[in-house]
Amino acid sequence: MNNRKFTQVGRSVPRVDGPAKVKGEAIYTGDMVLPGMAYGRIKRSPYAHALIKKIDYSKALALPGVLAVITGEEAPNKWGIVPQTANEVALAVGKVRFWGEGVAAVAALDEETAEAALELIEVEYEPLPVLLDPFESMRRAGEVRIHEDKPDNILHQAEQVFGDPDKAFAECTYVLEKEFRTSYVNHAFLEPHAALASYDVQSGKLQLWSSTQVPHYLHRQLSIVLEMPMSKIRVTVPAVGGGFGGKGEASSADFCAALLSRKIGRPVRVTFERSEVFATNKGRHPCYMKMKIGLDKDGYIQAVDFENTLDGGAYAGWGMVVMFYTASMIHLPYKVPNARARVRRVFTNKPTCGAMRGLGGVQPRFAMECLLDEMAEMIGISPYELKMKNAIESGYRSVSNLHVPHAEYKKCLQTAVEKSGYLEKHGKLPFGKGIGLAGGYYISGTAYTLYQAYKPHTTVLIRVDTEGGVTVHCAAADIGQGCNTVMAQMAAEALGVHYEDVHVVSGDTELGTFDLGSFASRLTYATGAAILEAAEEINQKLKEVAAGMVGCRADQLEIKDRRFTSIFEPRKTIEWEKVVDVYTNTVGTLTGIGHFSPPRLKGIDLTRGVRVQGANIGHSPTFGFSCQIWEVDVDLETGKIRAHKVTEAGDCGQPVNPMSVDGQVEGSIMFALGQALYEEMKLDADGRMLNPSLHDYKVPTAMELPEIDTTIVESYDPTAPFGVKESGEGPVQPTIPAIVNAIYDAIGVRFTELPITPEKVLRALKEKKEKEKV
Amino acid sequence: MKKQLIQLEINNRLYEVPVNPRDLLVDVIRNKVGLTGTKKGCGQGDCGACTVLIDGVPVLSCITLAIACQGKKITTIEGLADAQGNLHPLQQAFLDHGAVQCGFCTPGMILTAKALLDRNPRPTELQIKRAIAGNICRCTGYKKIVEAIDAAAKEISTGGVK
Repeated sequence: MNNRKFTQVGRSVPRVDGPAKVKGEAIYTGDMVLPGMAYGRIKRSPYAHALIKKIDYSKALALPGVLAVITGEEAPNKWGIVPQTANEVALAVGKVRFWGEGVAAVAALDEETAEAALELIEVEYEPLPVLLDPFESMRRAGEVRIHEDKPDNILHQAEQVFGDPDKAFAECTYVLEKEFRTSYVNHAFLEPHAALASYDVQSGKLQLWSSTQVPHYLHRQLSIVLEMPMSKIRVTVPAVGGGFGGKGEASSADFCAALLSRKIGRPVRVTFERSEVFATNKGRHPCYMKMKIGLDKDGYIQAVDFENTLDGGAYAGWGMVVMFYTASMIHLPYKVPNARARVRRVFTNKPTCGAMRGLGGVQPRFAMECLLDEMAEMIGISPYELKMKNAIESGYRSVSNLHVPHAEYKKCLQTAVEKSGYLEKHGKLPFGKGIGLAGGYYISGTAYTLYQAYKPHTTVLIRVDTEGGVTVHCAAADIGQGCNTVMAQMAAEALGVHYEDVHVVSGDTELGTFDLGSFASRLTYATGAAILEAAEEINQKLKEVAAGMVGCRADQLEIKDRRFTSIFEPRKTIEWEKVVDVYTNTVGTLTGIGHFSPPRLKGIDLTRGVRVQGANIGHSPTFGFSCQIWEVDVDLETGKIRAHKVTEAGDCGQPVNPMSVDGQVEGSIMFALGQALYEEMKLDADGRMLNPSLHDYKVPTAMELPEIDTTIVESYDPTAPFGVKESGEGPVQPTIPAIVNAIYDAIGVRFTELPITPEKVLRALKEKKEKEKV
Repeated sequence: MKKQLIQLEINNRLYEVPVNPRDLLVDVIRNKVGLTGTKKGCGQGDCGACTVLIDGVPVLSCITLAIACQGKKITTIEGLADAQGNLHPLQQAFLDHGAVQCGFCTPGMILTAKALLDRNPRPTELQIKRAIAGNICRCTGYKKIVEAIDAAAKEISTGGVK
């Protein structure tokens, strides 16, 4: 497909749900009230690790207005987004493993009564030793076990070796090894989780409205926990106030609302407080990383060795996936012929870590981009030159068998360097001012479903008739990223109509056709492919009718701008609506269906003895790339860092909606800026969170907004539907290392631990001064 | 606690609502009046999603007692469009400039911006940033919000829309 011909793809149209949102009319789950609805609240543990000896809720149940109380014993089935490691329960059974874990839930006529009832539930705990550090957790596993079936307190560990890294390192001219550590951060999406369940006793059916990113996976988990067939459960996604991965698995709000509703036969809504959002976390894994890179005499990367211990918190969540992603991420966007990754995810008594925007990429990217920055200095070349030298190009296949069909990474590096004046500024700014460069990439969708299945990842049904015009059905979840808008644009493009003509029915497992959910930057690519397939069927049928109407052959017609026109005799033309009218009158409603299954690659060559343990997890249909260059001022008196300018260039393939792409990029930049400089959840020695509020957990405000200069580089992936790639997770990757490299350029200190607070800066400056004296 | 009937003037309409003295304005607006455009993101006055205007001044309704708002003019996001349903220039600018993603901060953000433009029709970029510093947005990175407010300011001051 030639991208120059696009009329609907490539338009910066305002989002379809925009008017409702600016008027305050968009309905989020927490806004919904159903007739007879009760209010649910969850009682949470004040201990980070304790046995539950007894729960007495008789007083709570006796409180007027209380309708039901449930405990974990009533729904003990274990669930997990990764079924191989499913170890969570709706409410704790016998033991709590983190501060804030739910132990009981109440449904009452109003919120005040539900709140009051929580106070009347008496829970007797026997506190256990609390393990908060992953290394201590492994060391003391013999004495304190967090999960019975994991005697070493490790969820999973793996080693992946590609090529011969040891031999390669021995032959390298430059080798550098360093340790890096990332912090414990939360998504801080603005809408706390909410779930509204309505169980109908007569039909045995449950409908759940939820602020989820993954209606399908939630659907499955509900089926497991409630022991109900999926066909009796319907999951509906109203407007969602952000997710960033934090709503990428079920939450206790979902289960408790559903269980309570089934118990009392009336609707129940559970809406989290902000502190519960922090307590249930599922944010980014703190990583303790050691990375070693070896370069030959000319600066070409010969080997990478990566060790990563992920602090997973109390339960499995997305943990195993995140762990393998960190291992997989070292293979791009540079050519790495030999690599080894040793990774393990460890249980601790903290609110569980999970998926967060740019999952598994952000931590190793920080290490790799900072190490390369330092190695460029070792060699005496610019970091830009070193990265350009090693950057991959279209058609690259990594030693781990990641195939990159298309890459404009070099163009990203070049564009950002030229626009920022990096080469003129780097190393030449006065003390306290600095500029830093980093690159990054991310997947556009994954290869596998999380449970074993061969089914397509997305199905799109397009319906065309005189009543609705074009209606696109797909159970994808628009969590604010704008997939409904983008789907409408792509469907309009594929059908030759206008974006405004298309209705999208999404976010509902009953009305929408199958989709896995909003994660792994998969939706634009996946739904785009399915839309093309569905549209082809419709176009063919309409063309046959149109051909008879205008008097030519069907294959001579093109559909554009709501018209069928003969490519040979342009006067033979007819309006799209008229053709649909005739088709509907003679045949009836027209439908087309399309599926998307990720292309499969053949596995690693086992005859060469290459051991692969899950490297394929990062294998994606295509990849997005980007580069960021940050400029910072460091206040030498206060240690405060002002990151005041970022120049970004990104390869997202063909942008479907450039305004939306810019929004994703700008949002990513500020999101990652928070992790670089400000954000960190803190626990006391007993595992209680000290800052579970947006007052004490510091996310960037508009005052931290730097000058942002973004460029969508000219790009088109010929293997992708409409040439598209991801744009919402790649741009978080370079932010942290680019800022860290800029700080080095400013004050000559290489930070390896996040966040880089004023205290750390002052301490480092003091140490530096003392060292220089000696 | 004994409930009492109070009158609240919201978007130029009088509502009679029974409230406890400790009931918060955000809960009364959302649950009793039924205007759910006002959002509750933190319940502690940190995120700004619950911002409403009281006598033209942006106020965090999640830390304001409803009972203290009698006799005052309250404006919520639902009160911004005109009588024919046309958007306020700020709403239109947020839409046109891509300043909306998940939309959860949007009502509070727009109301904060309206209060700013009402008292300072042509704010500088820094003044815009300062004004919205108490409204957290986690999706957009603020850039398009600042641009939208700036564009709306220009639109209002040239078009004479109030």
